[in-house]
Amino acid sequence: MTRTSALRWLSLLSAAAILAACQSTPKPAAETPKAPEATAPAESGTGASTVQPVRRPAPVTGAPLPGTVQDFVINVSDRVFFDVDQYDVREDAAVILERQAAWLKRYPGVQVRIEGNADERGTREYNIALGSRRASSVRDYLVGLGISPSRISTVSFGKERPIDPGADDEAFRRNRNAHTAIIGGAR
Amino acid sequence: MRMSASALFVACLALSGLAGVPAPARAEIEVDVNRGDIRPLPLSIPGFSGDRGGDIARVIADNLGRSGLFAPIDPGDRTAEVSTEPDFAVWKSLGAQALVNGQVNLVDGRLQVDFRLWDTFAGQQLLGLQFTSTPENWRRVAHKISDAVYERLTGEKGYFDSRVVFVAESGGRLDRTLRLAVMDQDGANPSYLTDGSEIVLSPRFSASSQEITYMALRPDGSAVYLLNLETGRRESLGQFQGMVFAPRFSPDGAQVAFAVERNGNSDIWVMNLANRQSRRLTADPAIDTSPAFSPDGSKVVFNSDRGGSPQLYVMDASGGGARRISFGQGRYTSPVWSPNGDFIAFTRQGGGQFHIGVMRPDGSDERTLTSSYMDEGPTWAPNGRVLLFSRQEAGGEPRLWTVDVTGRILKPAPYSGGASDPAWSPLIN
Repeated sequence: MTRTSALRWLSLLSAAAILAACQSTPKPAAETPKAPEATAPAESGTGASTVQPVRRPAPVTGAPLPGTVQDFVINVSDRVFFDVDQYDVREDAAVILERQAAWLKRYPGVQVRIEGNADERGTREYNIALGSRRASSVRDYLVGLGISPSRISTVSFGKERPIDPGADDEAFRRNRNAHTAIIGGAR
Repeated sequence: MRMSASALFVACLALSGLAGVPAPARAEIEVDVNRGDIRPLPLSIPGFSGDRGGDIARVIADNLGRSGLFAPIDPGDRTAEVSTEPDFAVWKSLGAQALVNGQVNLVDGRLQVDFRLWDTFAGQQLLGLQFTSTPENWRRVAHKISDAVYERLTGEKGYFDSRVVFVAESGGRLDRTLRLAVMDQDGANPSYLTDGSEIVLSPRFSASSQEITYMALRPDGSAVYLLNLETGRRESLGQFQGMVFAPRFSPDGAQVAFAVERNGNSDIWVMNLANRQSRRLTADPAIDTSPAFSPDGSKVVFNSDRGGSPQLYVMDASGGGARRISFGQGRYTSPVWSPNGDFIAFTRQGGGQFHIGVMRPDGSDERTLTSSYMDEGPTWAPNGRVLLFSRQEAGGEPRLWTVDVTGRILKPAPYSGGASDPAWSPLIN
């Protein structure tokens, strides 16, 4: 649910970005059109016809409203990654978790669920335990940064909820993660 | 799929020997299950006479053929009346060392199947039995006959009158639907037990074959359920603080062992189903999961990474006395004790591959039986001679496969869809 809406937002934003890129060299055409004169229909049978220029739409940029799920996903990042069979918080993950903690402090009504995930190179029941460790590790880190444990629940999806369908190291790397899902209190 | 107790009842009578059958002339044919017989025993099973006779013979031939220990020979249009001694020369010339023949009668609305097993070279009857049941139960009768033939020729109990519960998987990798499903061991009578709205994992049979336990995984947590297949009644083991997973019945069905996760630490627990009291068996800061009882109920094998990587440990069923039994290359997970008590099967990850293997309960005699991108989650046939597991190729969906305990007989199981986490039932009573 959250993921779907986040994706939708991302695609909206990228559409806006593409539009903006297209607009970067505005054409002088924008000035030329005057109020359309009463145009007499082109004489039938003649080859040349006058085309009325149409104003290119002005650029529209989008950004998530502060405090929304989209704000969290896009401006903070909702997922941190782990090494093979590990559950300790890496340096790159720590940076993201600090941003998450700061955001959670700014919006104290927000409740989150940390979802631990494992890649498919492990067996099912072991991976559930491993995903739990990852979720718990992220929860502890956020608590250490001053977020109340009562705002954080955890769950492990083991290897059952990959975000990358691939079967290579890059896919495995992406699938070893903990996802901070906002489950309530966002604006 | 729900059958009444009376429908399940299959009566069995020994048939009296035919008059004039010669006494044993020489040593009987036999099949050694421990050698994984490189040359399967050729036998022929012509269609039984009477209603469903052809279907019954076909189910028996398929069962025995799939075991890899027997090579059913197509009888063509040859028949063999059960009431007279077979013309052994005909069957010997086909190359059949054994012959199974039979007849089906409807007696007062009941299905009555007589069959005999013959050693064609010795000209000797090895078995003569009569099974009685309801007509719609003909497949079970065929499985009972398969078990009787298998046992007579191998000296081991059969495993054909049994079922398999598993996780049916459909859809893409990112939107996979998991449903609990149950089928006969030969893939017949498949039926779904859940609707796919939640993640369901780790289904396991109780000793009664009528009850399963499994784990449901939802965003807000997990639960372990008991589900009665006959009544459809489902109940939760209760609320736990943290994740609860990896359930498995004790051999007497009185307890369920499982893992409980608390603050990232998973330990093994056991619940007495009569009074719903739970007891913690391990209290180690490492991951402890996947408990499985020994068939006498006195020990539990489980998975732990307390030594730095996932390995197999055996402890007393009361907890305590844990000792490591896996010392080979790689990571060991998902152990399960053979119903005979002689082996523990497991998944081993090593050399970039996943393997199904077996070892003695003390860790000796380790054997690797299979290798692939992803082989996992073995379960034993009720006779402890065949393992069913799931195999997934890179980027593919998992399928069910079987391998015998020697590792020589490896086959896709008779279920063609995506499937994982199989659990084989005991023989149905």
